[in-house]
Amino acid sequence: MKKIAKSNLSALFAKINETKDLYVPVKNGEQVNFAAYSEEAEVDLTALKTVKSPKDAFFPQSENLYTCFNEQGKISITPEELQDKDFVVFGMKACDIKGIEVLDKVFLSEPVDSFYAARRQHGIIVGLACDKPEESCFCTVFGINPAEPTADVAVYDDEDFLYWNALTEKGNALTETLCDLLEDADNTAVENKKKEITAIAEKLPYANLSLEGWNGDALTEKFDSPIWEELYKPCLACGTCTFSCPTCQCYDIKDYNTGNGIKRYRCWDSCMYSDFTMMAHGNNRTSQMQRFRQRFMHKLVYFPANNDGMYSCVGCGRCVDKCPQNLNIVKVIKAFEKGGKA
Amino acid sequence: MQKIVERAKELLADGTVNRVLGWKKGDMCFNPEPAFFETAEDLDENFVYGGFCGANLSKYMIDASKLEGKTLVLLKPCDTYSFNQLINEHRVDREKAYIIGVGCKGKLNIETIKQSGVKGILNITENGDMLNIETLYGNTEMKYSDALLERCHVCKGKEHKIYDELIGESQDTSDRERFAEVEKIEKMSPEEKFAFFQKELSKCIRCNACRNVCPACSCRKCVFDSTKFDSSQKANTDSFEEKMFHIIRAFHVAGRCTDCGECSRVCPQGIPLHLFNRKFIKDINEFYGEYQAGADVDAKGPLTEYTFGDCEPSIVKERG
Amino acid sequence: MPINKEFKPKIVAFCCNWCSYAGADLAGSSRLAYPADVKIIKVPCSCRVNPMFILRAFEKGADGVIMCGCHPGDCHYSTGNYYARRRMTLLFSMLDYMGVENGRTRVEWVSAAEGVKFSTTMNEFVEKIYSLGENVRLGDLRCKK
Repeated sequence: MKKIAKSNLSALFAKINETKDLYVPVKNGEQVNFAAYSEEAEVDLTALKTVKSPKDAFFPQSENLYTCFNEQGKISITPEELQDKDFVVFGMKACDIKGIEVLDKVFLSEPVDSFYAARRQHGIIVGLACDKPEESCFCTVFGINPAEPTADVAVYDDEDFLYWNALTEKGNALTETLCDLLEDADNTAVENKKKEITAIAEKLPYANLSLEGWNGDALTEKFDSPIWEELYKPCLACGTCTFSCPTCQCYDIKDYNTGNGIKRYRCWDSCMYSDFTMMAHGNNRTSQMQRFRQRFMHKLVYFPANNDGMYSCVGCGRCVDKCPQNLNIVKVIKAFEKGGKA
Repeated sequence: MQKIVERAKELLADGTVNRVLGWKKGDMCFNPEPAFFETAEDLDENFVYGGFCGANLSKYMIDASKLEGKTLVLLKPCDTYSFNQLINEHRVDREKAYIIGVGCKGKLNIETIKQSGVKGILNITENGDMLNIETLYGNTEMKYSDALLERCHVCKGKEHKIYDELIGESQDTSDRERFAEVEKIEKMSPEEKFAFFQKELSKCIRCNACRNVCPACSCRKCVFDSTKFDSSQKANTDSFEEKMFHIIRAFHVAGRCTDCGECSRVCPQGIPLHLFNRKFIKDINEFYGEYQAGADVDAKGPLTEYTFGDCEPSIVKERG
Repeated sequence: MPINKEFKPKIVAFCCNWCSYAGADLAGSSRLAYPADVKIIKVPCSCRVNPMFILRAFEKGADGVIMCGCHPGDCHYSTGNYYARRRMTLLFSMLDYMGVENGRTRVEWVSAAEGVKFSTTMNEFVEKIYSLGENVRLGDLRCKK
């Protein structure tokens, strides 16, 4: 266990940034999102949840795959280079880290996604224990402990100090490079902090949410339920829930016409959009009810069916906070528990 | 609220309306959702109308107009402008709607409350001019007027522009100048303006919430959703994309936007989208005379109208 | 701003079929010169020009966009240019408000008989764009080489 005075954090960030790219939660207006570190950036470690999840660092909202360029009839194709520089994502929460595990299941199983794999290989996650869990959090329902981020390094914020606990080889290597700035510390403060977090986590309003009945075997029963017809109605079909989600992994691949060539890029897609999984024959989900159902069925039924029971929801509560019309996965789970409305 | 429920039940019972479009209690006090009710029991159990019922229900009436029978819809004063505008554009059927104009004393913004530093909110109760906030980390309070949505500070007035009957009292909440923010930006240098919008728009995640919630954005298929349209649509691939999207979004509703403020309410990144719409409104007022979309069902929109003596586009440079 | 000698601006001119395009024709047949930097796109009426056309031109690398139509009152379709005038006024005002444009857009009414006006307008506009330099605020980076 190491520690560093919080007043000395900018030195730590600068030191990491010397040799590696560094992503930290940065405040822009009233919103906090992960962004590249710079001296001018307003780093905010107090915000519990960034608006967008940090999955961007491994699976960016849009990324180029290759570029075709036409010069007087000669066409050249340049593939995009894979990530080959180490980078550090500082301040990911336990739920977001679990979100990356979910993404691993998708992108690191055969056929492996080389862009994602390269980022995973070079990415070092510094996880920050949740200082003050909020009302929309329900990570414990998915067996996540907000006090124990399973990162390369787990960091604890306690008054004047940040406690630093390397958990993996990558974490140890990072700690080595920072040894000038970190000093040794004992475990007491961290143990107390963990107890504090666990105590709050038990009191959260969604802590007792039951996932009973949500599993890979419930496919037909859940799919055919009339409850969806009631639930989807207020849905605007916007992509707020999917774009802020740490586990949503659907993407689209498109071409951009640059006038003298093509840039082929991939970007996040949302099952809420009318052109989601559009094919030559048309679209296999034609109503908003079907699209709405897809999102929750994917998270709570299809994904566990294909991944040994692992849900692709981590209970971060971003959709709970951000849905413009206040729909969310918790309400869906509760509605099924009640068996629809009276 | 009880009055609304009683009246809705009467109208359901005597067959005047087939369903009620209102708000349903959330699982927390601050997250009610828009909902349709078809039975008296459902209304008794789930209906709610309170400070967090900010959603403008008029857009849901586009679909409800296609349903069998009448729909009872609850509209706040500002929502009635949107409804009028939709009638004007033949998107909703007046005959299919039974409108109860509900009173409004300003709607609350949970984001504003959270941004003031309140964490772990469990319950919020109204207590006169104050909000009592119960949280995981102790209790606190806040003035009702400090927690209002931006649009309520520049409220157009509490008069319902269209209704079949009215229930409930309203209270004036307007305490800011509607165009003050726009004027502030107009006075900036081009570099400052550019930096301001670049900073705000760089937050955009292209979730399209602003477009989808907008009662004026009622195209069946948006140009930005077309597969034939050469745009990144759902990805902020280049800073140009956001500018294009937000200019076109605002332009397409120019002259039709009632300034209901839903776009700014729903933006997950807190981009002040009303600044675009309000700039168009201000320009229209200055160039072509005062115009409020939705104030009059039969009005002709400023962009579907002209006069011989309209100013030339060069006025933009001339006025400096 | 120093004028960059290397800079070759790309200028898009939307010209209506009935007046301005004919005006450009007349300029040509009268041997009145205007810079080759101007690329004309013929549209049926100035009213056909959607604000998106203007933005799209900038996106793909235009440094200036000019729209020409019949004089107000002379529109082949009677009233098209009146609508276009309101639309462009609002669009230009919005671009100005966002600080992304200063003098890179213009509207000019050119009749079929005004070959001289067409030529002088284009010369003026190109000169203006030369003085403003390359458009960096309103273009898609991916379209730059």
